[in-house]
Amino acid sequence: MDFSHLIVIAVSSIFINNFVLGRFLGICPFIGVSKKLDSALGMGMAVIFVMTLASTVTFLIQTYVLVPFELEYLRTIAFILVIASLVQFIEMFMKKNMPSLYQSLGVFLPLITTNCAVLGVAILNIDDIAMIGQHFNFIESVWNGFTAGIGFTIALLLMAGIRERLELADVPESLKGTPITFISASLIAVAFLGFSGMSIM
Amino acid sequence: MNKLQNFTKGFFKENPVLILALGLCPALAVTTSIENGLGMGMASTAVLIGSSTIISMLKKFIPSNIRIPIFIVIIATFVTIIDLTLQAFIPSLSESLGLFIPLIVVNCIILGRAEAFASKKSVLNSMIDAAGMGIGFTIALVLISAVREFAGTGALLGFPLFQLMGIEGFKGSIMMILPPGGFLTMGLILGFMQWNKIRKAKNTGGK
Repeated sequence: MDFSHLIVIAVSSIFINNFVLGRFLGICPFIGVSKKLDSALGMGMAVIFVMTLASTVTFLIQTYVLVPFELEYLRTIAFILVIASLVQFIEMFMKKNMPSLYQSLGVFLPLITTNCAVLGVAILNIDDIAMIGQHFNFIESVWNGFTAGIGFTIALLLMAGIRERLELADVPESLKGTPITFISASLIAVAFLGFSGMSIM
Repeated sequence: MNKLQNFTKGFFKENPVLILALGLCPALAVTTSIENGLGMGMASTAVLIGSSTIISMLKKFIPSNIRIPIFIVIIATFVTIIDLTLQAFIPSLSESLGLFIPLIVVNCIILGRAEAFASKKSVLNSMIDAAGMGIGFTIALVLISAVREFAGTGALLGFPLFQLMGIEGFKGSIMMILPPGGFLTMGLILGFMQWNKIRKAKNTGGK
């Protein structure tokens, strides 16, 4: 267990390969829930939570069920089912214990299931060997899920902050709404591109 | 609605990416060259047609409470088939699309069509609808990737247009191939659609 790997993973998933701005995972919530700062924060927290849990569960399933029984080809089906039931569980938990947050997230919580970031992180945990030069172990996978969620939240919060200002700005009529959001996202992505020059290995 | 309208509505009028803003992740991530965009579009279309057909056939047997997990399993089955097929026959495409082939499962277009159309309508109509939507998705992907490939490398489908015209020193803007270019192209295309809509509304309003 190499402690430096954890730092490499954190910097890599938050800045260098930011899930939204570098890898294009989770664009739907990035555009859909980034209108207000507080709902963006709630969504970000939900995604961090789901991604960490999903990384934990899918890694265990891959290591102790799919690999020993040589069922690796069922990975996509197994992972998406696990993630779907996990999200369902979180939704039930939130509805009962945090009704105000549940109301503000509204329709987007079930959509975490079809958020490619969650399935994406589960698959990347198994497949990605470029980040630290070898396959992730259990702790590294969970850590990767957690930090990727933080990266997603940072991108979402930046976008929400910009969009709250954009409400007041004088945007050309044909660019109002979604188009200007994408163009702002492009400018944030340019800024994040600067991190790709970083090398920490 | 007749069958032809049903087929063509996905092309432009209800284009899944450009109008309904669904399936944005693959639309931005794999559209670095026309080849990738076309490959992704066709893979998704195959999954869409297969899953819509099966779901439409099974619609009487699927209890409505647990329909979403059942839809997802059916979709994931087709994605696995496509994934393994691509790995076996077109390994280069499989490599460049990479992570985004298993992620076809979570493409909202497919689940959306299953929920909104295939689980209610007849098998034939569902197939036609799926094919139309798939082609619309492919059109959008090819459009975005054409802009990005041309601006990023000066080539279309791998043919270096500027070199063919005798302009030797042309170098593309690498930013268009990188993530910011994807967002920028998408924003500008959506802006163009909106501009067109406003212009049409003004024209009909004036008359």
